[in-house]
Amino acid sequence: MSSVAHSLRRIVSRGRTAPAVAASVGEEPAPRALAPSPVPVDIAPNDPIIPYFQSAAGAVDIEALELESPALVAMRAAGVKLVVPLVTQGELIGLLNLGPRLSDQEYSGDDRRLLESLAAQAAPAVRVGQLVREQEAEVRSRERLEQELAVARLIQQNFLPRSLPEAAGWSVAADYRPAREVGGDFYDFIDLPDGRLGIVVGDVTDKGIPAALVMAATRSVLRASAQRLVEPGAVLERVNELLVPDIPENMFVTCLYGVLELDTGRLVFANAGHNLPMVASGGAVTEHMARGMPLGLMPGMMYEETEAVLEPGAHLLLYSDGVTEAHDAEREMFGGDRLSAVMAAAGAGGGDALLGTLIGELAAFSAPGAEQEDDITLVAIRRETGAPAAVLAELSVASEPGNEREAIRQLEPALIAAGLSAARLERMKTAVAEAVMNAMEHGNGFRPELPVDVRLLRDGDALRVEVTDRGSARPMPEAPEPDIEAKLAGEQTPRGWGLFLIRNMVDELDVSGDDEHHTTRLVMRLEGGRDDDRA
Amino acid sequence: MTTALEVKVDVSGGEARLLLTGDVDREAGPALDRAYNEAAAAGATSLTLDFAAVPYINSTGIALIVGLLGRARGADVPVTARALTDHYREIFEITRLSDFMTIEAGAPAPEGSTT
Repeated sequence: MSSVAHSLRRIVSRGRTAPAVAASVGEEPAPRALAPSPVPVDIAPNDPIIPYFQSAAGAVDIEALELESPALVAMRAAGVKLVVPLVTQGELIGLLNLGPRLSDQEYSGDDRRLLESLAAQAAPAVRVGQLVREQEAEVRSRERLEQELAVARLIQQNFLPRSLPEAAGWSVAADYRPAREVGGDFYDFIDLPDGRLGIVVGDVTDKGIPAALVMAATRSVLRASAQRLVEPGAVLERVNELLVPDIPENMFVTCLYGVLELDTGRLVFANAGHNLPMVASGGAVTEHMARGMPLGLMPGMMYEETEAVLEPGAHLLLYSDGVTEAHDAEREMFGGDRLSAVMAAAGAGGGDALLGTLIGELAAFSAPGAEQEDDITLVAIRRETGAPAAVLAELSVASEPGNEREAIRQLEPALIAAGLSAARLERMKTAVAEAVMNAMEHGNGFRPELPVDVRLLRDGDALRVEVTDRGSARPMPEAPEPDIEAKLAGEQTPRGWGLFLIRNMVDELDVSGDDEHHTTRLVMRLEGGRDDDRA
Repeated sequence: MTTALEVKVDVSGGEARLLLTGDVDREAGPALDRAYNEAAAAGATSLTLDFAAVPYINSTGIALIVGLLGRARGADVPVTARALTDHYREIFEITRLSDFMTIEAGAPAPEGSTT
């Protein structure tokens, strides 16, 4: 009924002597105009005159109409003599109300036919006009919403750090990706005295401007408290006390606040109901637990503190639930296990590399073309391995067939001393042998006077072997992916297994070159990485 | 430093057993060819490669085994590999050689398996 109500309010008609009348249906009174402007007549949505007009065959004589209808009484009082319903596609969209004729004579049959024909043509035109107006109103409301979102985004961006902290021996990266309907994610870094760094990741419930404002307030209160108080638990307690009286009802903030000692890697953190931090070290991933209620719910909350030590090479990841709760096309969630798997595979790259991998994994996981559901916030911190990679062994062999075995014979004690397990040792030996063979044959053309240099380095929790030949700018031949079926059928050379084997033996392989050398780098993590039990 | 491959061929009841001793690398080609021809001439209808005394196999050696396997398949002679170390067994799986020959389990560690 409401669409009829909207329609009818706009219908206006004028008689000569009688006051002009506008029909109006619904609860809202139409604006009253000054005489002799039309007098609005309110028609209640349940007035029986509405179905009557809807099914009327043409012009309706108001004087002669017998109906229990408050609207009818009002129309008569307003001087309406004749009503022509405007009906299009079976829908009553308005009324043409007429007062008495100028001549004071009754409306003739011709008059009625003329009015009915006018109504028949006017009705669809009026309907189109109504639809256009409805659409304009919708566009306006959408624009207002977009504008609000833009403001929310602006607030959000203004309160996120403009630059990342730079600390020797640490690699810090952060990524914030707002959903279209901006949520209340935030992160922050706070410089603290005595070589400590405050790290904050939080998420305000709700979206849009209210969430952005609460986020801004939380951030400010947290910054101020962090400067005054030392313990992360005490900081969250204080922030909670300050937020509780002012936070809008039904809103709260999950927040993780940690203090990192840059020289020792000791991290102490407290957690107000936020996602737990993950630490990857030596291929193992640990989720560190600390209990505490979200901020702003109730006063007097205590926040447990937990300590973790980031060893050289360790990665720390803080994130918001937009990460783990991203969905794929089958509505399956990304989840903590996938996140943990990405962490476990995190290599010797910095925080940036980990975030790049994570964002890539999330994009590959999410349904193609799907809109990001929630804000995504990621903070990744890696403790560098300190000193540059240490050289554990260096050797050189002449480019003569079979010398790859001499190279691994010389390298093996250092590989064992570095702590490679038996299975990894065998894989590394095969990988080095193949790389040295390639270098002797393809790089140095088996010219005995050209050496192949082999270096073994320890880089954090990984071993790296570099095999360098004296090949000129000539690129290493790229063998096609070996295909056993084609080889057995004689369609592909039986050879061409070298790079394939290397790739399957180590965790990372890359080949680079300049004008005088090719270097093949083989990386194998001491723990984690390629599974030992695959064989 | 490298041990040139020697292959001893035992044929009994149509079953040929090739006992490999030494490295399966680029030098191993002629010895493997000779052994295969010997087994074929003796009318072998199945072939077992015994790797118990093979400390080292490289990509060129894999290529030689692929060549031998191709010939055997052409002659409808099934091939079995036995006594591979865990490491080379993994390599036979990675290269999918194991899809075209039987891999016998229970490999003892060959003597001198370190290089």
